[in-house]
Order: sequence, then C-alpha cells, then structure tokens
Amino acid sequence: MDACAKQREYSAKDYKSDVKPIWCPGCGDFSVLAAITRALASMQLAPENVAVVSGIGCSSRIPAYTSVYGFHGVHGRALPVATGLKIARPDLTVLVTGGDGDGFSIGGNHFLHACRRNVDLTYIVMDNQVYGMTKGQASPTTAPDWEGSKLTPEGSGVNPFHPLVVALAAGANFIARCSSSDPNNVADIITQAIRHPGFSLVQVLSPCVTFRPEQQEWKHIVRTAVVDVTDDAARAARRLMTDDGFNVGKVLYKGSRPAYQPEPKGGVAVAELEADFAL
Amino acid sequence: MSGQTVSFVMAGSGGAGVVTAGSLLLEAAARAGWYAYMTRSSGPQIRGGEAAVMIRLGTTPISSHDDCFHMLVAVDWQNVGRFAAEIPLGANSLVIGDPGEGEAPEVFVRSGAQVLDLPMKALAKGVPGGRPNMVAFGAIAAMIGLPEDIVIGVLQDSLKRKGEDAIAASIAAFRAGVEAAVAFPAVPRLAVGNSDTSERWSITGNEATGMGALRGGVRFVAAYPITPATEVLEWLAPALPKVGGVLVQAEDELASINQIIGGSYGGVPSLTATSGPGLALMTESLGLAVAAEVPIVVVDVMRVGPSTGIATKSEQSDLNIAVYGLHGDAPHLVLAPTSVADCLFTTQWAVHLAESLQTAAIVLTDQAMGQARAVMPRSAAIAFMGQREKPEALAEGVQYKRYANTASGVSPMAVPGMAGFMYTADGLEHNETGTPSSQASDHQAQLDKRLRKLTGYNYGDHWAEITGDEDADTAIVTWGSSAGPAREALERLRAAGQAVKLVAVRLISPVQPEKFERVMKGVERVLVVEQSHSGQFHRYLRAQYDLPRQVRALHHPGPLAVSPGAIVEQIAQWS
Repeated sequence: MDACAKQREYSAKDYKSDVKPIWCPGCGDFSVLAAITRALASMQLAPENVAVVSGIGCSSRIPAYTSVYGFHGVHGRALPVATGLKIARPDLTVLVTGGDGDGFSIGGNHFLHACRRNVDLTYIVMDNQVYGMTKGQASPTTAPDWEGSKLTPEGSGVNPFHPLVVALAAGANFIARCSSSDPNNVADIITQAIRHPGFSLVQVLSPCVTFRPEQQEWKHIVRTAVVDVTDDAARAARRLMTDDGFNVGKVLYKGSRPAYQPEPKGGVAVAELEADFAL
Repeated sequence: MSGQTVSFVMAGSGGAGVVTAGSLLLEAAARAGWYAYMTRSSGPQIRGGEAAVMIRLGTTPISSHDDCFHMLVAVDWQNVGRFAAEIPLGANSLVIGDPGEGEAPEVFVRSGAQVLDLPMKALAKGVPGGRPNMVAFGAIAAMIGLPEDIVIGVLQDSLKRKGEDAIAASIAAFRAGVEAAVAFPAVPRLAVGNSDTSERWSITGNEATGMGALRGGVRFVAAYPITPATEVLEWLAPALPKVGGVLVQAEDELASINQIIGGSYGGVPSLTATSGPGLALMTESLGLAVAAEVPIVVVDVMRVGPSTGIATKSEQSDLNIAVYGLHGDAPHLVLAPTSVADCLFTTQWAVHLAESLQTAAIVLTDQAMGQARAVMPRSAAIAFMGQREKPEALAEGVQYKRYANTASGVSPMAVPGMAGFMYTADGLEHNETGTPSSQASDHQAQLDKRLRKLTGYNYGDHWAEITGDEDADTAIVTWGSSAGPAREALERLRAAGQAVKLVAVRLISPVQPEKFERVMKGVERVLVVEQSHSGQFHRYLRAQYDLPRQVRALHHPGPLAVSPGAIVEQIAQWS
C-alpha cells in the first residue's frame, strides 16, 4: 500500500459498486446497503481490508453491490465462510449480511455456534419475516397466522423464532435492533458493532414491500427503545423477552467476552515435525 | 513381497494390552531393520472392547496383508471369534491360546491350524507385576527371530515413565514367553541385521495424510470429528500451530467445508478431513468451491456405507459420490493414495493441484489405509513448483477480472488486502468480473474455462503408479488400498514366470485417456480389482476409458480386503 492510499479520504460511495441491485423499488435493503457504506466511510476503513460475506436471499446479494471484497456463497452458510475467513485473516474487517431465512432457518445451527464461538464478526440480518427470493413463503420469524403464502395457506402454525433472545442465550457479544427506515441510526449501530470485539448481531427490520406490503407501516410502528446499553445478560434477557420486536435504534446488550482468535506460535519448520515418526 | 515376511495376530479383550504389545513389537521390528504393516480391529464398544492387531513384518517394505496368518495368539478368547473373517488361517497356521481361558473357538480350529497352549496368565503371575500380553510378546518374538536385546532396549525406552519396576516386570514376563515358545513349531524367522540402514518412519496413513497437508502448505483446517478420519485431525491439531496454522473444530461438516472455503478465499491453503457421511453433507459446498474457484482439499477416509454403515471398517465405495456427487457440471479433482506411505505424497499433491488450478480436490483414502501403521522408509520431502497464481498490477482504469477467460482457464486470484483487486467470489453463475449473470454465453464460457483448466493441465507421471512388465498382455487395474494386495499379486505372478503389469490409478478425475491408452498398448486382458459391492471403479473405467475386449472384475464389499491370493487366482485361471 502506498502512502497516498493511506491518506485518502473515503466517502460512502467509495464502498459502493456500480452493479444495480435486483431488489424491488421500496425494499428496505437499499437503506441497509447505504448504511453499511456510511458505516465503513465513518471508520475510514480501506476497502481492500474489508470483506462482506453472504449466503442466499434478497439481502444476501449485498456483497456484489459493495466495492470491498465480497463472498456470495450457498444458502445458510455465510457465517462459517466468514468464520474461516476471519480466523485465517484476523487483519480483515469481516461483515456478514443476510436475511431471516438464510440465518435462522437453513443456517440456524451456524447462527448458534457463531454466537457461541464469538469470532470478531458483524452479522447484519435484514429481517422481513418472509422468503422474498422464492416469492413469499413463511420464514422462522413469520407470525404463525400469516396466511399470505400458498405453501402455508392457513398460516404456518409455528411460533416465530426470537433471534435476539436466542443470540443472547447462545453467547453473542453485542445485540442491537434497528429499522431500515432510519439509515443513519443503522449506520451508527453497524459502526458500533464493528468496533465491538467478538460476535455482533444487528437485526434490521427491513420491509418486504412486495410480499409483505403491510410492513410499509413498520416505519410508523417502530419506536426508539428506552433503554441503556447493558452488560448484564439477565437484564438483557428480560428486556428482550418482554418487548414486542419494535423497540429499535439501540444497542440492547454489550458483553465483554474476549473474541475467539487463535494465535498460532509458529516458528517450527514442517521438517521438524518428522520427529513424530522417525525411528 | 521380494523379501521374507511373517504374519501374525495378537487378540484379546479390552485391557488385555494387545494393542500396546503390538506397538512395542513394531518398534522392536524397526530396530531390527525390518519393515512392518499393522492393522487393527476392535469391537463396537466405546471403551474396553475386544481388540486384535494384525501384523506383517518383512525384510522389505510391505503394503498389504498376506493371504493368511502364520499364527494367532489370543491372550483370551472373549468375543475374539467375531474377528474370524478378518483373520484367515491355514493348515500350516498356529493358534496359540491360554488354556486357563478356555478352548479356542471352533471358527479358528476349523481352519485346520495347529492349536497350542501358552499359559500366559499363569506365567505372568510368576513375575511380580508381570502381564500376559508381555508373555505373548516374548513367545512371538522368539518364534520370529526378534533379538532379545533389541526388545529389552525398546521396553526400557518406552516404559521409562513407568519406572524401573515396571521395566523389570515387563522384561521378566517377556523372557517367560521366550522360554515357553522353545517347544513350539517353527514359523518363518526373519534375518536380522538388514544392511538397509536407511531412515525409517513408523506412521499411520492418517498421520501421513496430515503430514502431506502440511508439506503442501495447508495452514487452516476446520473439521468435525468422524470415524475413521479423526486421527488426521488429532495429529494436525497440535502440529498446525507449531508451523503457524490453525485448526478449528466446527459445529458440523457443512460448517467445516464452508470455513475452509472462507480461509482459502482469504489466501490460506485450507483442508478438511471427513468420512462418507460428512462428504455427503459437503457436496453442495464442494460445488461452491468449484464455481467460485476457491481451492480446497477434502480428505475422505472411506468407511463401509451407505448411511452409518460400519463406521470402523473399510470400503472403497465413495468413488461414485466423489466423482459424481456434485450437482450441475462441476469438474473437480479426485485423487487416491495407493498405500500408507502414499497418503503423504497424494495429499501434498492434491494441495498443490487445488491451489494451482483453483478448484476443489477430494482425496479418497480409507479406514484400512488410514488406520494402518507402517514401518517404512522415510518419505523424502518434495517441493512442487508453482502455487496459486495472483494478479499483477493493473494498468490505470482497467478493471480486475477475477474470472478472466484465460487460455489455460486459470484466472489470477486476488486475496483480500490487495488494493485495486476487490471482487465478489460467487456461487451464482457470473461473468469474467464476477458479477452475477444469467446469460447463456457467460455460463458456457465459465463452464468451458473451469473444465479447460483441469483437462489442459499436465499431471505428469503421477496420475498412476505403473509397475510390472512393460510388454505384458495382462494388466491389473486398481486403486486405493486395493493396490496393496495387487502389488503383492504382481510379484507372485512374475516370480512364477507370468508377465503382468499393474496400474494403480492415483488421479481418478480428471481422466487421462491418452496416458491410459499408452500404458494399455499391447494389453489384451484387464483384471479390475476393487473393494465395492457394485464395482464402482470398474463401471467408472468402462464409462471413461477404452478398455481391451477382455475385462474381468474382482470386487467385493468391505470390510474384508481383497487378498493377493484371490488376485493371483483370477489371473492364473484366465487362459
């Protein structure tokens, strides 16, 4: 890296690619993409030292829409890809983007273990309570009586998954919720999440205007959470279990567990390991 | 084998110490200048089940068991009968048991073997702290000609931590066994003082696989425990940090493969090891590595399938899933070591090829090879030239094309941290820059390039191990651990004056039709040898290669290995 590059001032658009998003007009994900680029600009991170990793779904298309290093893998496996990348390359800032289906259904096991493992990742979940890319099926966060899908015409009948409560129980180190209707706040929360060591979960309520048009009302329903950030997991648990899912704009839990990052000693030549076998 | 060999089994219930005695015996054999091959069988119990160690010693390197064992020594008979199919005995074999432990099971006596009494427990009792397994050790050592001073040296070294009393007790029990064996009939005795003083290793196939990975440059491993691959990981876990690498225990195989894809995308050569059930879980993401062109190596230590199958025993039945398991047209590498020693070379080569060709490589070893221990010549370090190709500086205003449609099909791969080369790796079909594309022309171009880089590469002579008579009209074609008995069959046939050649295919995919045609020149009949019920390898050869008109297939499912004798018989009866 030359000296000029270091002194360069990055603006949000420096983190945006010229690939046109496939999203529907009015999709909440546009705001989240903008918020991510603003967060990166606010931190002045060199784009080549940032990677955005995703799985499959509408919101998982984000990597190609950024100008940083991106990885768009298979459905549900964004967190393991990001885990491997960050452990192998601790010098990078690694973000993971995706939706509620990718993260909490097909990728549910990885979500639990990413919280538990506490690798220094920022996981931004754009939650719209629906599978958009496959044209509108119930997701793990969909209400049981939602009848909008041909696949479950009488509703799924299954209680929704509570990602933040699960994240807390599984050991996530930073938990926040925000709304795509306030991109400045999303950018601020993402910045805090990146700065906080360990695994950070940012749930962004991001409406699907096509398959859940009623979610356009979310911008009127959400309210700024009246809470202080806490490092007390029991307090955070009560807070998360009693809210209705529309308290946004705040960091709801901030733990102090050190991030998982093996630091191999090295210094031994492979040839020296032959001693294990030599007679 | 060109040298002399002797084969025997030590068996007993859990805690009888037959595995310990077997390991000590191997160590002593190595000091005597011999080579060795040892496999193990154990019952299904998690702890303390019956166990058997099958050992073959020789004056030259060994890569398989013989058709039958010269002797079976059982410390006790509890459940040992269940190993009968894995312990072939003949009329010249000896069955040695402790009279205090009851009669030898009928299944062993039926072979016509001579049954002998060795009161191991009683003899051990005569020595304070003595153990029956050491008496068995002494009897075997005396019979095969293993010098006492060498054994005593091994006992002194390996029992150092247990103290002088333990050493003295072991030596005394050992001597009791030596004396008791004086009256026993002869089994082959090996000559001591081999002039071959080259460096020796005692290594298992799974350890060799781990070492091959490190020599290949692997510095990131993510994996989920599974029998019989776990020892690859257990060897790598402490070894990797020493050389600056990391091993992560993942939550499942889906995570394992995706973590190594992430590590490799970050520029660090990465590998995972698993067995059939894990490989099945990984196949979707193997396709991701192929499409996104991220180099990874997946080692499958095959076991009996399908489903959970027989988790602790060997079979060569994952060939189909390794070659054909991926959805879409997804050309990738499939390699198979031909011996315990070759696990090292083939794994290292697989890393080199995956890195050079930016694709997924599957290495198929198996339980028999992975958990076998060999005393073998030290494996010399080889350095392959050329690794992952990185992009050069771009001219001003030129966009980096991660998936550039190059002549070779290999496109220089940037690594995060390189300014000016940011791109998104994608499992979606994409154009040259990596932007998702549903255009037929982009799909065709990327498919062509991903195939071309594999088929256009020069794999050199490593694609197969070719031995025997160049002008032979008969060839044995095999792969993986079946190459061991095939090698021995070849020697026996040639010793009997028959011209035969052996082709043990190491590079299963992509196929090498021209090289195969060259080696098959003048061959009129081919015997295909493998350990699978459906003849997966035979069918694969038929589909991919031009074979002579006369082809026969010798194949059966695991866990029993193909014996050298069965191969010799097939060829000898083929007129």
